[in-house]
Amino acid sequence: MTSERIELLQKRAQALTVLRDYFRKNAVMEVDTPVLSRAAVSDVHLSSLQTAIDLPNVGQQQIYYLHTSPEYPMKRLLCEGIGDIYYLGKVFRNGDLSPRHQPEFTMLEWYRLDFDLSEMVEETLSVAQLLLGRLSTEVMTYQQAFSRFAGIDDIHHTSAEVCRACLQKHQVSEIIGVDADDKPLWEQLVLTEVIEPQLGQGGLTCLTHFPAREAALAQISPDNNLTAERFEVFYQGMELANGYHELQDADAYRQRFEANQLLRRQNGLAEVPLDEALLQTLKEQGLPDCSGVAMGFDRLFALSQGKTDLADILSFDTLNA
Amino acid sequence: MASISTSEFKNGLKFLMDGQPCTIVDNTIVQPGKGQAFNRVKYRNLITGKVLENTFKSGEKVESADVMDTDLQYLYADGEFWHFMDPTSFEQYQAGPAAVVDVDKWLVEQDMCTVTLWNGDPIVVKPPKQVILEVTDTDPGLKGDTAGTGGKPATLSTGAVVQVPLFITIGEKIICNTETGEYVSRAK
Repeated sequence: MTSERIELLQKRAQALTVLRDYFRKNAVMEVDTPVLSRAAVSDVHLSSLQTAIDLPNVGQQQIYYLHTSPEYPMKRLLCEGIGDIYYLGKVFRNGDLSPRHQPEFTMLEWYRLDFDLSEMVEETLSVAQLLLGRLSTEVMTYQQAFSRFAGIDDIHHTSAEVCRACLQKHQVSEIIGVDADDKPLWEQLVLTEVIEPQLGQGGLTCLTHFPAREAALAQISPDNNLTAERFEVFYQGMELANGYHELQDADAYRQRFEANQLLRRQNGLAEVPLDEALLQTLKEQGLPDCSGVAMGFDRLFALSQGKTDLADILSFDTLNA
Repeated sequence: MASISTSEFKNGLKFLMDGQPCTIVDNTIVQPGKGQAFNRVKYRNLITGKVLENTFKSGEKVESADVMDTDLQYLYADGEFWHFMDPTSFEQYQAGPAAVVDVDKWLVEQDMCTVTLWNGDPIVVKPPKQVILEVTDTDPGLKGDTAGTGGKPATLSTGAVVQVPLFITIGEKIICNTETGEYVSRAK
């Protein structure tokens, strides 16, 4: 083992301690939620790993899913009245492997009662700086980012053609397989190919108010129903965190899960068992007003060490595990 | 023709793009988390040699290309085609100028070359790493000179021109590295 690698793993251990200290000082309790669940996330773009477990007295082997984030059990605890909580541990996503993705990675996720979107943004930026050091920060809406970095002033009302012209203007390589009029997808490509590489250069950039169709489990903005109370934080072109002012309405949760299932069917993906335990708890006990954020610890730590490939900051990456 | 999904993409995979055989040089998944995944693919067009980049929506399909590398013996050039033979089956192949561009000056009769076949036709010819060629023209040799003190150009039997040490004379056989185009040593 090289001394450089030992030092890196020591720094990784220190970084985990720094984060735990921060939450302890701020009276946010660590929770250790199940990695294995009977339910899976229904999001079309997330793929859960699954395993079969022998459970005595239950009979046949049961399929359990490895969590892609601790969101659902954490929300059950919030409904039950636990208060401010965080999780710092492993999560799993099938099929993700690239310099900025590993199928197994360490996530920091926390929830704050009575925090609105801007308070949660502020805390997320300061948590990132615990590891990255003091950095300048800027917060802008999704729409402002399209205007400033892609020259598209009103992204919520523009056409697929304007997005395609923008990609061409920025000399993005030819894109194959997207229908000419699929505006949401062309819009996504402008975001990932043109805008994101320009975000967080020299400081932290936070985008807020993502389109309502990408609300996931965020509230729809009260003043503009085209946008959601969702934000993402970027550093050096890499997404570090994704947060919501959390949706509270139990019926809306079920509607969004079922919309995902429909999309899964349309895309030829298997439907997944919905988290009925979460839906029931939301209905019976209700989620308190809160905001939550998920932060990729490996990405944050890698960037704090001047690395851009996650394989460089793990004890053993997936290909060597 | 078999089709290949982006989920099967990996380096070295051969596929057809705009009707031409290509090989993947680099395949990176762009997975935004909140949206559709894409594959950012760098690939080499095997006919032109150019490296290009495209972004494929994940789940898209491309056609596989019937491309294989095989070892063939170089026979001769007739001014229009370069002729090769499979030493086991004795089957003969003819390659056009595009397949031997930049390497024809290293083709030595009887040498074994790696030839890339597409639908049975040679599209890329790769000569052995080292070849032995005769010096047909160079300035007169200097007695007492040793290797490493500069050099002089020498024209070889295939038309290739390489820098050689001053002691090399016309009629000598030398070993050349075909990848770097450099003199290696005298041939024994």
